[in-house]
This record gives sequence, C-alpha cells and structure tokens, in this order.
Amino acid sequence: MLAKRIIGALDIAGDRVVKGVNFENVKDSGDPIQLAKRYESEGIDELVFLDIRATREKRNIMNMLVERVASEIYIPFTVGGGLTDIETMVKIIRNGADRIFINTYAVEHPEIIGKISDRIGSANTVIAIDSGRHNGNYYVYTHGGTLNAGIDAISWAQKAESLGAGELLVTSINTDGTKKGFDTDLIRKITGSVNIPVIASGGAGSPEDFLGVFQAGADGALAASIFHEGKYTANEIKKYLKGNGVNVRL
Amino acid sequence: MIAIIDINTGNLSNINRIVRGKVTSDPYEIEKSVKIIFPGVGSFQYVSQIIEPIKDLLVEKIKSGIPYLGICLGLEILFENSEEGPGNGLGVFNGTVKKFNGVKTPHMGWNTVNVKSPSKIMEGIGNDSFFYFMHSYYAPENQYTVMETEYGNKFASGIEMGNIYGVQFHPEKSGNDGIRVLKNFGGLK
Repeated sequence: MLAKRIIGALDIAGDRVVKGVNFENVKDSGDPIQLAKRYESEGIDELVFLDIRATREKRNIMNMLVERVASEIYIPFTVGGGLTDIETMVKIIRNGADRIFINTYAVEHPEIIGKISDRIGSANTVIAIDSGRHNGNYYVYTHGGTLNAGIDAISWAQKAESLGAGELLVTSINTDGTKKGFDTDLIRKITGSVNIPVIASGGAGSPEDFLGVFQAGADGALAASIFHEGKYTANEIKKYLKGNGVNVRL
Repeated sequence: MIAIIDINTGNLSNINRIVRGKVTSDPYEIEKSVKIIFPGVGSFQYVSQIIEPIKDLLVEKIKSGIPYLGICLGLEILFENSEEGPGNGLGVFNGTVKKFNGVKTPHMGWNTVNVKSPSKIMEGIGNDSFFYFMHSYYAPENQYTVMETEYGNKFASGIEMGNIYGVQFHPEKSGNDGIRVLKNFGGLK
C-alpha cells in the first residue's frame, strides 16, 4: 500500500539553509548537505529545496548544490524557486533532482505547465501554490507570498492539474512557520477537488499536526522548522502516525 | 562496461555512482557494452523519439542475451507502445503500457514490492520492502511478471525474462534496498 510521505523542506539562500516565519524574518539554519543527510538517516521520505533568492548568478550555486545533494543522498528530492525556462529545469533534473516545482511563473504563464510535463513527464512536474485566506476564501499568492494574484486557490489547483501538473505543493501563508498546525480546511478543499497527489505545507509543529493533515486527505506533509530545530525526527513522527493507523514507511 | 543509456533528461549520476558504468547514447559505446541500464524520466513519446537512432541496436543487444535493466520508463519502453502518447517502444514484450484508472495519478511515493518469484536483482532484500515510485503508466501483466505492487489494483512492478529485467520503481532513489538492487544487477554474470 502506498505510504503517506513526510517531507523535509530546505529553503536555500546562496549555499545555506534558512527559515522564516510567515515568509519573513529569515534566519540561518545550517549547511544543506549536512541537514539533508541527517534527515535521510532519520527516516525522511523525500526532500524539497527552495531557492529563495534565485537569480542568474545564484542559479549556478543551486546547480552545484543539486549535484552535491544527488551524490550524497539516495531518496528523491524536488527543486524550485524562480524557475522560468524549461532548459534550466531539465538541467536541474539531469544534475540529479527528481522533480522541479514552479509557482509564480506558472500563475503568470499557465501554458508552461503543459510544456514542462511534455518534456520531463507529468510525474516530475510539481506546481507550488501559496495560498492566503481572506473572508473565508483562499487566494493564490505569488512572488514568495507577497502578492495576492486575485485567483481562487481551489480553481487554480484544478487548472494546474488539467494542464499537466503531476503534484501540488500547497503552502498556507496563514499557518507557515507558526508551528500551530497545517491549514487542514485548505488541504481538505484542494484534495477534494483534484486527482493528483497533494503535499501540505505550512504550520507543522507536532506529530498530531501530521495526523490531522493526513486525515484531511494530504498525500505528503512537509515541514522545515521542527526538523531544523531537532524537535522531532521523521521516524518519531512516523511511529506516532503508524500507531494511529496511518500507513508510513518505517 | 555497463552502458547507462542517456536519454537527455533523467538523472543518471546516482545510478552511475553505484554500478560504475558509462552514461552514453553513443552507438559505438552501446555496441561494446556488456550490460545495459535504461533509466527513465520523461514521457513515452519523447523518449521513443530520442532513442530512434539506437532502437535497433538496443533490441539486438537485448536479444543477444546481455543483462538489461529498465527502470521506470526503461521498463515501459520494452513494450510495443503506450497509452501515454504516440511512438513505438522496443517491442521486446507484447502489449500496451496502460494509464492508471480510478486512483490518484501519478502513483507517487514509497510503496511495497511483493516478489512473486525469486529474482536475482532482489536477492538480500526482504519481501514487501518499500521502494520509490513516480509514474502514471504501468506495464501490462504478463507471464514474466515477477513483482507486484498494489495501487488501486495490483500491477507489475517488476518483470524478468532471461537476462531482461525491468522495475517500475526507482532503485536509485530507494535508499539502501534500492542500492542493493543496482549492485545485484551490477554483479550479474
């Protein structure tokens, strides 16, 4: 039976891992390779790298990082942040990443989704959606969560699927970095509206939070802070989940 | 030399690090190889096009009896064609590669592999161990199905016919058990 996935997120600035709260107040959290290796040994199912300061010159640093990660870890990882052209995405995959994700560029140029999935395969094409809640509605945010695109997040999720996305990485701006639990209402709405896997992100603080978001329908749940701080390991969370009837890889 | 077929998309470095082969799409290199690994990332139609110049050579090498390991799309390409899109596979096995129906697609993540009949590439690996999957299409069951995985229904996650091996999962991304699969293949005579 397919296992629910615990995913470790590493926000990369230059060649360091950083983490902010509600997309702000970024602080240093360590060396990406060391963290990745530690997470792998502690039972993480896969990793996501977000290049938070992607520019042309920083892109080379990211490419080198991808190669280093691929050479030292043997679990899947996804890379994104500021990606706009398909050849760069292909290069990232050739360097050892398994999937790429795009966010802002997909919102501005939805037709790119089909082009990417035709080239590298739908299963390797992840659309990241940053969503913020206003008056009971969920909106899509772009540019690192700073700009409300005025698009309904649920409709956008469906559109991304129809255009060829193979997975959604859904981050709630309202819960991100708070460690007070995932936005289960948002995840329930999105998983109920699409037929592709959905990774929930933003707000993980305890094993109970993971149980809650899997019960809401998530296929994977992503966290950064609680792993960076060594509060819980992936295996500790998985043991709790297994004890509560969730199928995990242990 | 183990030729790791370069289809201009897939990440081949992990595989190469384990089996110490040569990443290539050069017919001369493939001709000289004593084993072939065909790793697969990409769409059936794209890869089918990319390998057009070396298709006959691949089929000839496979039929000569050297060990072949197809990973994901490298398994699917052994069949005649795919519901994914136009283009011909290698046609080593009959049948059409199918799309999952009635379940979330792609089938993504860690799932267990049930080894139905002993396979040399699975030696030393516990039955029902977890491997990483990332695909929307799967090979039709046939008499050469040696491994099964359940996703909605059971599907063929591993096939074997003589020296021809195919796995739908990604051993290069499946931790220690995956490394073992590749090492087992590397050690085949």
